[in-house]
Parts: sequence; structure tokens; C-alpha cells
Amino acid sequence: MISDPPIFNSSPVLEGTDEDQLLRVSLGPQHPSTHGVFRMNVELDGETVVKLKPVFGYLHRNHEKIAETTGYLGSMPYTDRLDYICPLSNNWAYALSVEKLAGIEVPERAQHMRVILAELTRLVNHTAFMGFILADMGAWGSALMYAFREREKILDLFEDLTGARMMANFMRFGGCRNDFPDGWDARLRTLIDHYPHFLDEMEEFLLGNEILLARTRDVGALPKESLINGGVTGPMLRAAGVNHDLRKADPYGIYDRFSFRIPLGEVGDCYDRIMIRFLEMRESLGILKQAAAALPGGDFVNPKIKIRNFKPPVGESYARVEGPKGELGFYLVSDGGPNPYRYRVRPPSFINLTLLEDMCLGLDLADVVIILGSIDIVLGEVDR
Amino acid sequence: MAIDPTLARELKASGVHVTSLEQLVNWGRSSSLWPLQFGLACCAIEMISATMAKYDMARFGAEVFRPSPRQADLMIVAGTVTKKMAPQVVRLYNQMAEPKYVIAMGACAISGGPFKEGYNVLKGIDRFIPVDVVIPGCPPRPEALLDGLIALQEKIRGEKLTGSARARHADPDAPAEMPIPECGAHDIVPVANRGIWNPPVIEREEGGAE
Amino acid sequence: MSADPAVVLESLRAAIVGLRADLRRNPGPAAQHSILVDPDHLLPVMRHLRDHCGFDLLTNLAGIDWPDPKLADAVAVPDDAGDAAVRAAGGFLEVVYHLDSTKTRGAPLVLRARTADRSDQVSIPSVVGVFRSAEFQERELFDLFGIHFTGHPDLRRILMWDAFEDHPMRKDYVAPDDYEYEPTPHGDVLEKARKHDPPKP
Repeated sequence: MISDPPIFNSSPVLEGTDEDQLLRVSLGPQHPSTHGVFRMNVELDGETVVKLKPVFGYLHRNHEKIAETTGYLGSMPYTDRLDYICPLSNNWAYALSVEKLAGIEVPERAQHMRVILAELTRLVNHTAFMGFILADMGAWGSALMYAFREREKILDLFEDLTGARMMANFMRFGGCRNDFPDGWDARLRTLIDHYPHFLDEMEEFLLGNEILLARTRDVGALPKESLINGGVTGPMLRAAGVNHDLRKADPYGIYDRFSFRIPLGEVGDCYDRIMIRFLEMRESLGILKQAAAALPGGDFVNPKIKIRNFKPPVGESYARVEGPKGELGFYLVSDGGPNPYRYRVRPPSFINLTLLEDMCLGLDLADVVIILGSIDIVLGEVDR
Repeated sequence: MAIDPTLARELKASGVHVTSLEQLVNWGRSSSLWPLQFGLACCAIEMISATMAKYDMARFGAEVFRPSPRQADLMIVAGTVTKKMAPQVVRLYNQMAEPKYVIAMGACAISGGPFKEGYNVLKGIDRFIPVDVVIPGCPPRPEALLDGLIALQEKIRGEKLTGSARARHADPDAPAEMPIPECGAHDIVPVANRGIWNPPVIEREEGGAE
Repeated sequence: MSADPAVVLESLRAAIVGLRADLRRNPGPAAQHSILVDPDHLLPVMRHLRDHCGFDLLTNLAGIDWPDPKLADAVAVPDDAGDAAVRAAGGFLEVVYHLDSTKTRGAPLVLRARTADRSDQVSIPSVVGVFRSAEFQERELFDLFGIHFTGHPDLRRILMWDAFEDHPMRKDYVAPDDYEYEPTPHGDVLEKARKHDPPKP
């Protein structure tokens, strides 16, 4: 029997403190550590956080409403702009949902291409995460420089393939937009071979670092039952030791053919969350190696797909992928017309923030910044 | 008074640099722009990329990103400005010290871009604050941001500090602060600052009189 | 327990006396069938699913505005043998819940609950007391659809500002008349521009 979740409206820390003595701070929407335009209304007793209410909506750009007025394919470029660090996994989640809705088959080659691109995206996201979390700890610049140096190498690959550094708009219903250009596979293999060197360098640089240990250990941990109940998914949940990865739990694409492990943490504090991303990058490299070796010939898109006047049959579908930040899902309702009747994004960044207050209560204001950084949010996805 | 370029060259050869106060001030301003560390959406990631290892914005003297508007003199509006965010952007602009410049980076900041049809999306930040340089793209590449920065530097070098054609910040009558819109029941109020932005005239097919 | 809604519904019927719920068939190729639950029984159903069926992770809440109930029944087709009590006559708002399990593999279970109408009886019990993950998502549905979640500890607007009065994700929402400049206006845009800025005399 599971008990109902506690709702923190007034925290126990508040007892005994004089309410007039509280310092109310509005952190954001313009603040260097909020990763965009996120805002938190924090109440402090000295340095201690006694209340924290997030304020959303400063980047609410009506993605869902616009998608209901556009054709199905017309929403594909908008999905790039949801979580703008990892456009290709967003593309995949959306394509997967439409494929379910309309019953479209995806050729073998396209399936492998998708796995390769999604895992490269995971590398991009986790690499950028390493830079940003260090910037949150005050190492402004240097760690981010190393991270972005590596990110650029992957972006070069994306650019050669899709024509854009960030906004790929690459997946199509039933496959991908174009095939790998000549020599791309060879460059991919070079990247896969060199990436572990960067990871070694970064791990050596960070994981034994005294400051990093002092700032992240035992910070922001919650029991795993609370995390599950709070809807937290992705590396955040796995850092607390819950074995839930959609690549294994609800396999999509061809993930069931690859052998890889799901790294799990023990404590679930910020240190585990950082560590888990390092381990995930290593597993991603393993998947990339297998997928690149197994890449078959054939079509990169299902040739039977009708591009113009695409109308899926009446019905609904919910499909999800294990995005770098957690479960990214698309719920679509079709009324048989050219536009979706309802288009809903299940944003991992947004739902992972549900327990932000619980993680921060009783800690210092400086810890809030680390905890927020360790959740790894992107505002385009939080507010949509 | 302009300096004779031939004379200036001759003097320079013998180690004397002749310049005007205007040139000196503009040179100083254009070479050390301090941008406001402030990102709104996707374009902010490209803005960060532009300052990082590969593109290195520091080569152009504009890498000192300041988290406080009081210390910044360049606002790069990088991303979609929503109606909920618009009052904060105008407030940040007002908090910056003169002379201050604005770059609208990306399609969203210019006109709403792909999100133009959204009910919560401001259709261009130039409705509320004066924009000096616009950089199209979705998002613009870091090279485009560097190009926009150089264009702004050229603009600053050509600024007049006196006379009728003087720059906005040298004119005591020009407003330094812009009115901040309010979030109303259905939309922001007012929808635009009519003092600096008016809808472009649309050509009508019925005839030229309208 | 598997996420097959027919099996789950049987278990629910056995556990909750007088349960008004009904299996809805998804006519599309996705074939993700769902269970339509009467709002009065939503909380016991959620508790039972969490405590006895292993659905410990409420992943997604989606609101849908149905001005036309026939369309709603075309997307989620009622079984003829189902309970008549949960069928609404006019338009209504709907919440779709996707429940997942961290213990078993497979697709999520789909639950749906409907309000009585679209104007004044727009209440659905809040499930925040059972699943904390609904907290912000219910606020979002309150903000964008105007669904009132009774029992929610902090039901405020979340994405739009507090003074905002409309519910923009409803089908009949009219966006504010923003003038949109286009260099070559035609059709709707020209019409909109004319209406917005009438010609000067």
C-alpha cells in the first residue's frame, strides 16, 4: 500500500520563524542561472529556503494551439523548438506518434538512422548539461568552453546531414528526410572513437573535484517513491535508483536489438544526477557503435507515404521516447481532417519541476541553483 | 571640424595621432560593448555558442556579458518575446544606462517568426523598444550574430554626438525610458508604443488615395 | 498488471461497488483503447490503480475541448453494452490521463473523465492527492481550458498571467486582433489589416 503524496504548502522550517523576517526574492525571469526565462518566487529565512514557488509562462509560445491550425507535417519544425538543445529526439517522438496514429511502417535503414541521431542528441544534451551545471556552480566559462567544443563537433555532423546546426526538421512520417551524405558514416565513426577521450578528460576534471563534491553531495535528494509519484522521469529518476528507461520499459524503434545497460544511481542527489549522465553518454556511445555497424542499405523513408493531403484516420495516439531529459510524449487526436484536432506535448522538463520546491526546502539559496541545474530544463519545453 | 586625411596620415607617420573627440568616443564605445546576459529562447543557445570556443566573440571586444542591466550597454534580444515577458524586457531596457543599443536576434524577436500566430507572442520587440540591428534567421548562426555585432559597431562609429543628426542618446529631448506595457484581460495594453512604432502602410488595390 | 483496459476495467468493477465506467474503443490503427470514468469515481479508481494494479506513475494529462459530443464518441467509440450514465448530451471538456508503471513493461493505460458541459459545470476532482505529478498539469488545464479541478491545493493560472480572462485552448477562443505586417498582403492578412487600421480620411 502506497500512501498519498505530501503536499508542501507551508514548510516545517517555517515554524518558529518570524514571518516579517522572511526575505522574498524573485529569482528570474532574467537571471543567469535560470536557463532562460524561468522564475522562482523564493522566501528565505536568512539563507534558508522556506518557500519556493515556480512561475512559468514567460516562454509560452502557443505551440499546441498553432499545431491545431497547421497540417501534421507543418508541426515538425515546431517540435525542433520545444527542447532546442535536442531537436532530433523531439522529431522522433512526434513522428512516432503520427506513425502510430496513421499506421505507418518505417524501413530498416531509417530506424537505424533514427537511433543514431537520437543517441547523438543525447550526447549533445548531456555534454551541454555538464557545461551548464558547472557554470551554475560558479565555474563560469571554462567547463562550458570544453563542453561546447565537443558539442560543435556533433553539430557539424548534424549540419552536414540536415542543413541546420540546431533546428533539424529532419524526421518524416515513415522515415527521415534524406539519406546520410557521402562520407558521413566515416565521420560518425571517428567521432564515436574520439568521444571517450573527452569523457575521460571531463570526468578527471570534474568528478573528484572537491568543490563539486561539496556542492552536490546530499543536495536535493528525495525518496524514490516521491519521485515516481511526482512524475519525474529520465536521468533524474534513474539517479535515485529506479530502473525506468523507456528504451527498455516500452521499447520503440529498434532499441530492443541493441545491448546496453541502464545506469542507476543510489542516493539521487545532484552528484548522482551528474554521474548518471556521464554513464549514459558511455552507453550511448555503445549503442551508436552497434547501430553504425549494423546500418543496412535500403530506403531512408517509406516510399508509400503520401506527403500532400495527409489525413490520418479518426482516432488518437500517444507515443513517447526516452528523451535526454525524460519521457517526451506526443498525444494526438485526429478527427480525420488535415490538422490534428488536439496536439499535446508531454514535456519532461515541465513535469520534472513539480518537485522542485520539495527538493529545495531547508537548503541554502545557492543550492537552489544547483538543484535547478541538475534537473536540466529547457524553457522552450517547459512553457511550450 | 573634419581633419584632413592626408595631414592625419603624415602626422601619424611621425608618431602623432590626430583624431576628433567624436571619433575617439565612438571608437571606445564600439570596441567594448558589454552585452546583457539575457537569453529568451533557442537563439540564446546560438548566442552562447558565439561566445564559446569555436566562434569566440571576444575577438570583437564584446565578450563581457553582464548579468545586470545596469552594467550593460547592449541588449541582444535572443528569442521569442511573449506578451508575458514583454513588460520585463522593456523594464530591462529602461534599467540599462545610456548609451544603449539593441540587437533583435532571430525571426521571433523581429516579428514573432514561426510563432507569429500565437496568442501570447509579441509580433516584434520593435513595437516597444528601438532596435538598432536586426539579424534574421531561425536561429541565426553564430557567424550571423558576429556579423550583426560588426554592423552595430560600424553604426556606432558613424554616430554624430552633436548637431541635428546626432544620435538618440546624445539628444536630451529623446526619451531614455520606454513606457512599460501592462498585462490586461485579453492582451497587453497598449499593444504597441505608437511613439516609436506604427504599422507600415499597406498598399491597397482600390487606389492610392487611402 | 497489464495495461489492457478491458482487464483493468474488470478489476476496477470488482473493487469499486457501483462503478460507472465504460470501455472506449480507439478506431484508429493505434488501437489504444481507454476507460471513461465518471468524475465521481475518479479518485477511487486512481487510488485502486495506484495501490493494487501497479500504475504508480501518472505521466500525462491532456485536456480536450469537445463542442461537438458526436466527434468525441467517434474518437473514443463507446461500447454498446457500456453504461449510459457517462454519456453527455451537449459539448463538454475532457481530461485524458496516461498512467504508467515503473514495475512492468509496456504501453500506458489511458483513462478519460468528462465534465458535464462547457460553461458552468466544468468540475473534475483533482487527482493531486493521489498523484503529485498532476499538480502543474492540472493548473495548465485550468489555465488553458478552464477545467476546474476541485480539491487542488493551489489552482491558479500557470502559463498566462493572472489577470488574463480567456481560455485559449478552447476551440471557440478568438485571439486578440494583432496587426501583422506582411510586405505583400493578401487574403486574410489584408482583410485583418484593413479592419485593424481603418484608412485615414
